[in-house]
Amino acid sequence: MRTVVAILVSGLSRIGLWGRGVVVAVPYLWLLLFFMVPFLIVFGISFSESIIAQPPYSSLVEWLRDEDAGTSKLQILLNISNYFRLGGDDLYILAYLNSLRIAAVTTLMCLAIGYPMAYAIAKADPARRGPLMMLVILPFWTSFLIRIYAWIGILKGNGVISNLLEWVGITSGPVEILYSDWAVYIGMTYCYLPFMVLPLYSTLEKMDPSLLEAAADLGSRPLKSFLSITLPLSLPGIVAGSLLVFIPAVGEFVTPELLGGPDTLMIGRVLWNEFFANRDWPVASAVAIALLLVLVIPIMIFQHVQGKQAEAGR
Amino acid sequence: MKRRIGFLSWALLFGYAFLYVPIALLVVFSFNESRLVTVWSGFSTKWYAELLHNDALLSAAGLSFQVAAVSATLSVLLGTCAGLALTRFGRFRGRTLFGGMITAPLVMPEVITGLSLLLLFVAMEQWLGWPDGRGVTTITIAHTTFTMSYVAVVIQSRLAGMDGSLEEAAMDLGARPAKVFFVITLPLIAPALVAGWLLAFTLSLDDVVVASFVSGPGSTTLPMVIFSSVKFGISPQINALATLMVLVVATGIFIASIVMARQDRQRKRDEQMAIQNG
Repeated sequence: MRTVVAILVSGLSRIGLWGRGVVVAVPYLWLLLFFMVPFLIVFGISFSESIIAQPPYSSLVEWLRDEDAGTSKLQILLNISNYFRLGGDDLYILAYLNSLRIAAVTTLMCLAIGYPMAYAIAKADPARRGPLMMLVILPFWTSFLIRIYAWIGILKGNGVISNLLEWVGITSGPVEILYSDWAVYIGMTYCYLPFMVLPLYSTLEKMDPSLLEAAADLGSRPLKSFLSITLPLSLPGIVAGSLLVFIPAVGEFVTPELLGGPDTLMIGRVLWNEFFANRDWPVASAVAIALLLVLVIPIMIFQHVQGKQAEAGR
Repeated sequence: MKRRIGFLSWALLFGYAFLYVPIALLVVFSFNESRLVTVWSGFSTKWYAELLHNDALLSAAGLSFQVAAVSATLSVLLGTCAGLALTRFGRFRGRTLFGGMITAPLVMPEVITGLSLLLLFVAMEQWLGWPDGRGVTTITIAHTTFTMSYVAVVIQSRLAGMDGSLEEAAMDLGARPAKVFFVITLPLIAPALVAGWLLAFTLSLDDVVVASFVSGPGSTTLPMVIFSSVKFGISPQINALATLMVLVVATGIFIASIVMARQDRQRKRDEQMAIQNG
């Protein structure tokens, strides 16, 4: 084993600077091919027409040759009706607004549950912080689908919550929470909570406790100290956590599909149905582009925050 | 002051209950005799036996493990290169675009990733004749693409938090960059490589949306099977499967934390020795 490594090392050492180029080029090319180019294709196909063929969209560019005149021309057809359809049909607009609302409520719920948790863990005994954080992250390692599935049994009529309420005597019949917006809020909050707690904890943990002590010595009440010191200092964590929850939540598909009702329309679900049920690839592409336009500003803020944190970490 | 600590403890307790009660209920009802998952009617392990005879599910699980292992390995290779490039190479041409392309998949909605990769594969097949149809290869490529970002971020933060003076010292003593990497950097970032691999493996094993877009007939992954069976309601077999998955994860984390604690002690002991000898 040692000799193999030695040969590898001496071989690679000779490559020198050239090797450095390869280290950048391989992931770069991979991302260009499998991340950048696919977007350009989606963008292109969003301007094509749905046809019954394999693949089911018209080609944008056509090379037309007129044999009689002996001339050729390049024809580029851009079909913008897909976008008009998105803007003109209430279904799509409603789905967009719903997605934004559901993602916003989910973010607020994650913040309401996650902030006190992160704060309590950051204030805990240093030796206990690691295990406490581990307990927050642990559910993330079990399957996302399984965690959504767990809520079906809890929220459905005759499910755990329904039976509990009946047993206590608050209700007299089965209560169905499943297949409603509330079920989606609960399921999404459940799945995204670790993404909120992690960045919050890392900013709160770094906070200097002497600031709060100084404030207390000067007669500030705990609530005032919290509002004027802790909260502003944890703002980067709040922003990072909220974006980590909000952005994927807008395009969420699995949770509304499994926990939501038929009228819990979300944009991810619309895209899925256009693609799989209607086989309308151009409209699905237009939906994807429109979804991306909604997310472009939050994604840019997120990258800015990420970049800043990477700089600070160095 | 006392009352506030009380509130925090309650908040923590509520948070952990919220996170763990659903999973606990899932495990409890996997041993329920009745087909009605939420009404307890007696202890039974029959759903586990049924699970072992569900061939469609077992073959899907096999396929998923294969895809997850290959894509996690590929994404550790690519993610390590990307993490190195972003932390150790200073400025190079196209760095901004590269950084953007690395972090964007972290927050990209899965439906967009799935759709765009499928359209790419269809277009490539049309122009190049490859990939010939969709299946294991296309799922593996798709999973590698979105998991390598996570690996890159894990490795990048490990490299950024690491003291660069060891590498500089080796360089000053005349070691070539590749030798510095294999002899110094690689052993130091090994825990991050393992963490990155496990993260990529888990994400791949968990994905239903992207796989649904880029899979073909005959290549159904485990999450796809679970998803379609969950859509038609709850079944105790899924509870049994979930319990097994939770068990595997818990065991893995338990072993990992023991190994990490031991390494930590070892490192502290080494440092102590170094101080005493020096």
